[in-house]
Amino acid sequence: MTTNGLRKYHAAVWDEPLVMEMGAPGRRGQLFPVDEPDLDAVTGDTSDLIPESLRRGRPADLPELSEPEVLRHYLHLSQEVLGMMGISLFGTCTMKYNPRVTEALTRQPFVAETHPDQDVETLQGTLEVIHGLDRMLRDLTGMDQFVFQPGGGADAAFLHATVTRAYHEARGDLAQRREIITTAQAHPCNPATAAAAGFDVITLPLEEEGYASVEALRAAASERTAALMVNNPDDIGIYNPHIKEWVDIVHSVGGLCFYDTANFNGVMGRIRARELGFDACMMMLHKTFGAPKAGGGPAVGAYGCSEVLAPYLTAPVVVKGDDGAFAIKIPEHAGSTQVREYLGNIPVIVKAYSWLRALGAAGVKEAADLSLLANNYMETRLLRIPGVSKGLPHLDEYRMEMTRYSLGELTEETGVTTVDVANRMVDYGVDAFWMSHEPWFIPEPFTPEAGEMWSVEDLDYWIDVIAAICEEARTDPELVKTAPHNQPIHRVVGSGLDDPDRWATTWRAYRRKNGLEG
Amino acid sequence: MANSTEETKKHMLNAIGAATVDDLFEQIPDEHITTRRFELPEPLDSEVELKRHMTSVLGKNEHCEDNLSFLGGGTWQHHVPAICDEIWTRSEFLTSVWGTGSSDLGRNQAWFEFASQLGELVGMEFVGLPVYSWGAAVGHSMRMAARMTGRDRILVPALMDPQRLDVARTYAGYPEQEGHIEIAYVGYDPATGRLDLAGLGSRLDKGVAAVYFENPGYLGVIEDQAAEIARMARAAGAETIVGVDPTSLGVIVPPSDYGADIAVGTTQPLGVHMNGGGGVGGFIATRDEERYAREYPTLQVSLTDTTHEGERAFGLALFQQSSYGSREDGKDWTGNSVYLWAIANAAYMSVLGPAGFEELGGAILRRSHYAARRLAGVPGVSLRWPTGFFKEFVVGFDDTGVPVAEINRRLRDHGIFGGRDLSSDFPDLGQSALYCVTEVHSRADIDRLTAALEEVTR
Repeated sequence: MTTNGLRKYHAAVWDEPLVMEMGAPGRRGQLFPVDEPDLDAVTGDTSDLIPESLRRGRPADLPELSEPEVLRHYLHLSQEVLGMMGISLFGTCTMKYNPRVTEALTRQPFVAETHPDQDVETLQGTLEVIHGLDRMLRDLTGMDQFVFQPGGGADAAFLHATVTRAYHEARGDLAQRREIITTAQAHPCNPATAAAAGFDVITLPLEEEGYASVEALRAAASERTAALMVNNPDDIGIYNPHIKEWVDIVHSVGGLCFYDTANFNGVMGRIRARELGFDACMMMLHKTFGAPKAGGGPAVGAYGCSEVLAPYLTAPVVVKGDDGAFAIKIPEHAGSTQVREYLGNIPVIVKAYSWLRALGAAGVKEAADLSLLANNYMETRLLRIPGVSKGLPHLDEYRMEMTRYSLGELTEETGVTTVDVANRMVDYGVDAFWMSHEPWFIPEPFTPEAGEMWSVEDLDYWIDVIAAICEEARTDPELVKTAPHNQPIHRVVGSGLDDPDRWATTWRAYRRKNGLEG
Repeated sequence: MANSTEETKKHMLNAIGAATVDDLFEQIPDEHITTRRFELPEPLDSEVELKRHMTSVLGKNEHCEDNLSFLGGGTWQHHVPAICDEIWTRSEFLTSVWGTGSSDLGRNQAWFEFASQLGELVGMEFVGLPVYSWGAAVGHSMRMAARMTGRDRILVPALMDPQRLDVARTYAGYPEQEGHIEIAYVGYDPATGRLDLAGLGSRLDKGVAAVYFENPGYLGVIEDQAAEIARMARAAGAETIVGVDPTSLGVIVPPSDYGADIAVGTTQPLGVHMNGGGGVGGFIATRDEERYAREYPTLQVSLTDTTHEGERAFGLALFQQSSYGSREDGKDWTGNSVYLWAIANAAYMSVLGPAGFEELGGAILRRSHYAARRLAGVPGVSLRWPTGFFKEFVVGFDDTGVPVAEINRRLRDHGIFGGRDLSSDFPDLGQSALYCVTEVHSRADIDRLTAALEEVTR
């Protein structure tokens, strides 16, 4: 223990070279059959099987390593990732335990070694899981159809934007309905996918009550409105109580309403998107439903919609026949709403299905209960730390499953910023917090999300770390500003990342730009 | 759930000063709370029950290890070296999200090694983190080309994977909208399966932003007119986008060698299991020029510096142009993708090395050509294009008088998954199937297929 009662932690430091700098000429890590005289007798010389102009003469400049070297290299790199080895309360991402039983199951050949084009008779297990998850998500949201093709939450938002496009195109008024309305608190993927799908974006600003006003929405909604895309609750922990009225306003002008249910953890088991009037929603199976974050996928943004929108899905859907057998139905509508190949990330779907089967309805509601309990417990303790304040402090109701805080007062007093604090946290074996998506309307923000998994002792430790760093900011601000000190490398400066003469996304580019060739 | 004991709940509620957990939900208006009860199945509380249930359901699947499979066409069965699984399943990689550049050092380095090694295979110096799929890579790259050239038409081969094409069409939008991209098709030479150059020439005009083709093509054909296609595109002021299968790049020249401006393709064959189609991933790579770099929609990991001289670190290059940085003003959008697979890919490429890729390509060539010749000897069975292919080839069954669907049904009785049925997607090819043969198929496997086909086509 350190003097402030926190763990004496230090990250593994391997000073690991790049894999491209390792090995020796001629060294091998994986062999393939070469000497196959009985095949050669039939096919002739292998090189003759490639047209001469396209034969690769110069081998790719890849490293030459033995298998144990490769294994140890990547094990070293894995040890230089803190993540959930410590306590990660990364807000907006709902960090949960990823049950190892489904990790093990999805590595079995009955998942891993299946091909998506196998006859459906040979994929009945996978289809049963997809069908079962579809039904359970319908129950949780009130929607009429789920598809799992989108490869993440943003891809599901894109799918919604394309469904919106197909819907209005079929009604002949796509040229007129050019606008998608969102809010400043909505995740950036909503405006970004709307724009990529060809829409103009109207972003409603945050107002006094913690969300955009009904009046602002009414002023923005018109015969040009194609859809509304919003989160609720938002990432600050605020629930918009007027959301039904919002939906009515958008529907009254002929627009569709999409519920970005990224923050489902606090409302699951209590509200249903469809009952609030939404036409579609998405569920992130890689956060709310216990599948791993995996550093950013493979993920699934499960997309659910009403029966009115279902015909615009071109993703395959799984149906159950009268004989109990499952089949894949390719919708007949020719709208362009296919966002990815195949049925979706099957292992992630299996994990989410398993998570729901393990919890049941009562377990899901309890997870939401514990999320709010943990968040508000944290809030009580965090707000006692001098320098920490609540984002939008005049809104004093209990926040949902996460709260956005501000370190603005600490910064004013000590010069230590939220980025400094994030870099110091990792010295205590606690990975950095999430600050805020763009735009930042709370100064020096940070957004922890406790979820249902972390124990109260973990939460206490996390809070103790923040308290200790705020104390350090006063007694030894340089210590915080120069953090981290217990990590494999010091603070990343990132100079040159936007400079064409200096950025290097490959080792070859780096060598060329730094004169290291040859 | 650690805090679910009554004592802990009471402790936390006391700290908050709330009487009940329900009080914490005060923000949600009563009329929003559902009154209809949830009907999820009863919970399987114990791991032993859960595992039994999951195994009984998933056990209904058949798979490509207890059957002999010749399915490819977008997801391919390759050998996944055991250490790839050992590496990506490490909890540190599996469960992490985003920390700081220091606490994420190992993962960022692994991603950089993914990009660097992939760049060596395709001959490109600028590589983004992976996108959702090959189709998504085509979609984004054609949008990049449209923005770069200010043009709005993309030429693609008529012989393209229908699903990949559907995804590209989704990225292209509708004609009523600004920014819409028109996708136009270039036919093929029926004798060779290669792109029809005359047709390409007649469609190349000042409206064409890019020519997209694949090498090998969707039906396995190696496009040996690649340099000429790129030359024609360049002459018309269009970009050349080439889709490649990285497992071919130990034996086939990288796309940069014949004039590709943007290389895209799949990452699944690089150490990722098929996962029922959930193994797919895509990549985008170009020359390291601002013209291209400033149009990337992805995140890019770059080498950079720390506060200590000479210390190596990684950061995100050109972050501001992503949707995280600029919302709707960013380039397309990004989000969670398949970044864990990038680590499996990095391990795969480094364990193979240059000689491994060469051997892999050679084994695939020999085995697929051996298979093609054996199948061609089955009465009534013909090869659409008997030479000039890699890994996949089109087998015609017209003269057997048995439809592909029926042949594949009968093959299943032999424990064989026949090649993908092309008859509905490409009716011009008649009763044809796309057969995929890789390094996992032994001579005995191929002989077994041949014997089975002789029986089921009789």
